[in-house]
Amino acid sequence: MGYEILFFIEVLVGGLLSGVMYSLVALGFVLIYKASGVFNFAQGAMVFFAVLSLVGFMELGLPFWAALPVTVVLMVGVGMATERFVLRPLVNQNEDTLLMATIGLAFVLEGLAQLAWGVEVRRLDLGIPDVPIMWLADLTGIFVSTLDITIGVVASVMVAVLALVFSRTKVGLGLRAVADSHAAALSIGIPLKHIWVMVWAAAGIVALTAGMLWGARSGVQFALVGIALKALPVLIIGGFTSVPGVIVAGLIVGAFEKLAEVYIGPYFGGGIEGWAPYMLAVVFLMFRSEGLFGERIIRRV
Amino acid sequence: MLYRQAGTFKTSYAQDQRLLPLRQDRTMMVALLLLAFAVIPFSASAYWLSAILIPWLALSVVAMGQNILMGYAGQLSLGSAGFMAAGAFACYNLMLRVDGLPFVVAVLLSGLIAAAIGIVFGLPSLRVRGLYLAVATLASQFFIVWVIDKFGWFKNYDTSGIITTQDIVMFGHIFASPAETYLVVLTFVVALTWLAMNMAKGSVGRNWQAVRDMDVAAEVMGLSLLRTKLQAFAISSFYCGVGGALFAFTYLKSVEPAAFDINLSFRILFMVIIGGLGTILGSFLGAGFILLFPVFLNILFHAIFGKAVDATITSALEQVIFGVLIILFMIYEPLGMAKLWQNFLDRMRRWPFRR
Amino acid sequence: MNVVAHPAGMTRGFPIGEPVLELDGISLRFGGVHALTNISFNVLAHEIRAIIGPNGAGKSSMLNVIGGLYTPQEGTIRFHGEKLSAMTPGKAAHLGIGRTFQNIALFKRMTVLENIMAGRTLYTRANFLEVALQLPRARAEEIESRERAEEIIEFLEIQHIRKMQVSRLPYGLQKRVELGRALAAQPKILLLDEPMAGMNVEEKQDMCRFILDVNDHYGTTMVLIEHDMGVVMDISDRVVVLDYGKKIGDGTPEEVRSNQNVIDAYLGVAH
Repeated sequence: MGYEILFFIEVLVGGLLSGVMYSLVALGFVLIYKASGVFNFAQGAMVFFAVLSLVGFMELGLPFWAALPVTVVLMVGVGMATERFVLRPLVNQNEDTLLMATIGLAFVLEGLAQLAWGVEVRRLDLGIPDVPIMWLADLTGIFVSTLDITIGVVASVMVAVLALVFSRTKVGLGLRAVADSHAAALSIGIPLKHIWVMVWAAAGIVALTAGMLWGARSGVQFALVGIALKALPVLIIGGFTSVPGVIVAGLIVGAFEKLAEVYIGPYFGGGIEGWAPYMLAVVFLMFRSEGLFGERIIRRV
Repeated sequence: MLYRQAGTFKTSYAQDQRLLPLRQDRTMMVALLLLAFAVIPFSASAYWLSAILIPWLALSVVAMGQNILMGYAGQLSLGSAGFMAAGAFACYNLMLRVDGLPFVVAVLLSGLIAAAIGIVFGLPSLRVRGLYLAVATLASQFFIVWVIDKFGWFKNYDTSGIITTQDIVMFGHIFASPAETYLVVLTFVVALTWLAMNMAKGSVGRNWQAVRDMDVAAEVMGLSLLRTKLQAFAISSFYCGVGGALFAFTYLKSVEPAAFDINLSFRILFMVIIGGLGTILGSFLGAGFILLFPVFLNILFHAIFGKAVDATITSALEQVIFGVLIILFMIYEPLGMAKLWQNFLDRMRRWPFRR
Repeated sequence: MNVVAHPAGMTRGFPIGEPVLELDGISLRFGGVHALTNISFNVLAHEIRAIIGPNGAGKSSMLNVIGGLYTPQEGTIRFHGEKLSAMTPGKAAHLGIGRTFQNIALFKRMTVLENIMAGRTLYTRANFLEVALQLPRARAEEIESRERAEEIIEFLEIQHIRKMQVSRLPYGLQKRVELGRALAAQPKILLLDEPMAGMNVEEKQDMCRFILDVNDHYGTTMVLIEHDMGVVMDISDRVVVLDYGKKIGDGTPEEVRSNQNVIDAYLGVAH
């Protein structure tokens, strides 16, 4: 294959891979939004908090396979505390108030993570090699590592499992009822508190997974929080309530960002990927405001 | 509480419609202005003027801009720092390239430039609201700062990284000392506050709030959502731009894109949330609080630990405390400190009765 | 109900005149749902026209079509004889059509006075700069808005709550404030969507009185959706009856009351 095409495919694949990771982060948002109607601005902070804690525990001496469950428990704890101290007092408040509260939560988590574990950048070694797979490179000319493939597979599996849970199981149905209306769900006996704890725990686990994958690739550092901001365009393009939408949108955003940076960036001295996804989201907003797969909300007068 | 509010009767609508209907309020305001203009410049220390009062005043202007957009018009925005940058760099370039341009004119023009940009980036508000709109404003934040950074023309092709702002020259006099700079900022702030209060209390403010509270009913009443929303974006960006120019010229004394990043936007968001959405007073309270709190923390640590604490620890602690405060405010008083003050006044008015 | 619209011997403030609104063949669909099918009726100037019908008959949709919130797939609207191309809420407001909403649509965080003054927006010409600088025109308009609002407040007997935030008011008073806000625009036609829903007998009497007074005093044409038959029979001049999106009755209250189709619809006779 010609060099240009190879290069294009390589950039594209790189973009798709990071797109898959955006999807994973965005997935946490969708989970919580779908289940509780709350937009959890703190999701990015949760990613950061989760993986930083994992690394922190490992530094304290715990081996990876012990640190992992401990972190999971910690994230579940965070979810429960959030439900108890942030969500429960704000039941039935308007969505703007809830949103601001989650912004506050985001700052609390970021600050706590840094207080507890310090601010140095850390490496996360998952034991999966990040070097290009040579036989694949020889065959197709594309450089992809085992880590890349693992990331792609894990993210896809996670997304598929969650999609199934939501649409097929009784728990999923209850979650969707809660998202529609807290008061109505309460009135038919859905145990709101249990549902919320489950959802936030799930979101915490998703956050941890996303954090691990990102951290293995680029190191565990504060910039991870910026990734969460990138998940916002993904949500807009895919629709806040759609799991498949998030996948597709994540791929689109990841690919678009990398391609724009590589092909258009040089004319401007680079840095396009900082704002390109947001502009793309704005364009989507103007023409299809509920996202590719989102639900049209009709307001009754 | 210092005076009785009950028992003052107004005899005309004009009297009731004034900004400060009570004579005692007006007296207090005059006293406050006297204090600000005539007493403080001579009695406050240089530190207080340069490090506390000047940034507080400049940021209050920005907070007012944010409040106009978020508090009155109900449009969620995370792009205020971007408009500050636009204003600051516009001012720098105007002063640089237009010989003898008076500072006041430069600042006002910068505000207008920021307003124009604000209208463009406010267009998504016609399609979406809430979080969707917030994401669109993030686009403006990142894009504006990127443009200023990438196109060297804005920085006059400076490669040193620190671009010093020009002196503030008016009527042939250079306003350089802390007290003089303070007076310049103060004058701007007083004028802009008066304008904002008039708008908020009048038909403009009512229209914004109508769009915020129930836009369908507002449309049915004959309001053009397009014009009202874009007007809010324009005026808000004007204030952010002017505030940014003042912040750069009187406090930072330099302009660099990095100073106007997303973190600053979040700080301004916090000022408005904690201070009180939909109030002018809240802008000042919030700006003061966010500005003074780190100083207070430092003093506290000094007192407890006897030495300066690592900056990363204090900033992390600050983050946690701000976050907790926001959550607490949302739970107990979503309308912020201004509402707490209002509640206090209401209780005092009724005292010694409870309700 | 003890309210009698026009006791014998008394003349109306404004005699009923020519058709001011003519709806012809209006059909409205939402996907597969036929909200309105081929509706035609008119509204005469200065009259009180009621739209009644069982739940889900399309009454609110009809009002929304007149007010420009929904665009019908078929049919025309004529205003003072002139065909309107497309109606939008803004256009409706400028034509002098005002409305209240079934679920109160007040501006929650503003006071009663502010809500009503907000309703004057069509008459405030001053731009934001004039307001900001408190130039003479802005000041004069503000005082005028205040005066008009106070007239309405006095008329609706809500002086004691004028400075209260509307979200704190009981339901009945909120509905009254909403009427006040609609009146502030000095509408020629007022669309009232269930103005008496959720009210007790006294509140209903008050609201009826206000509606009649507005019609009598200002000559405002009223189109109202109402469920309380007593109210409809007492205060309306003519009635349109809808059922399943179709018109099944049109005439004076007496005519409609004895129309078999109407009786069947309400009693739920299968048809």
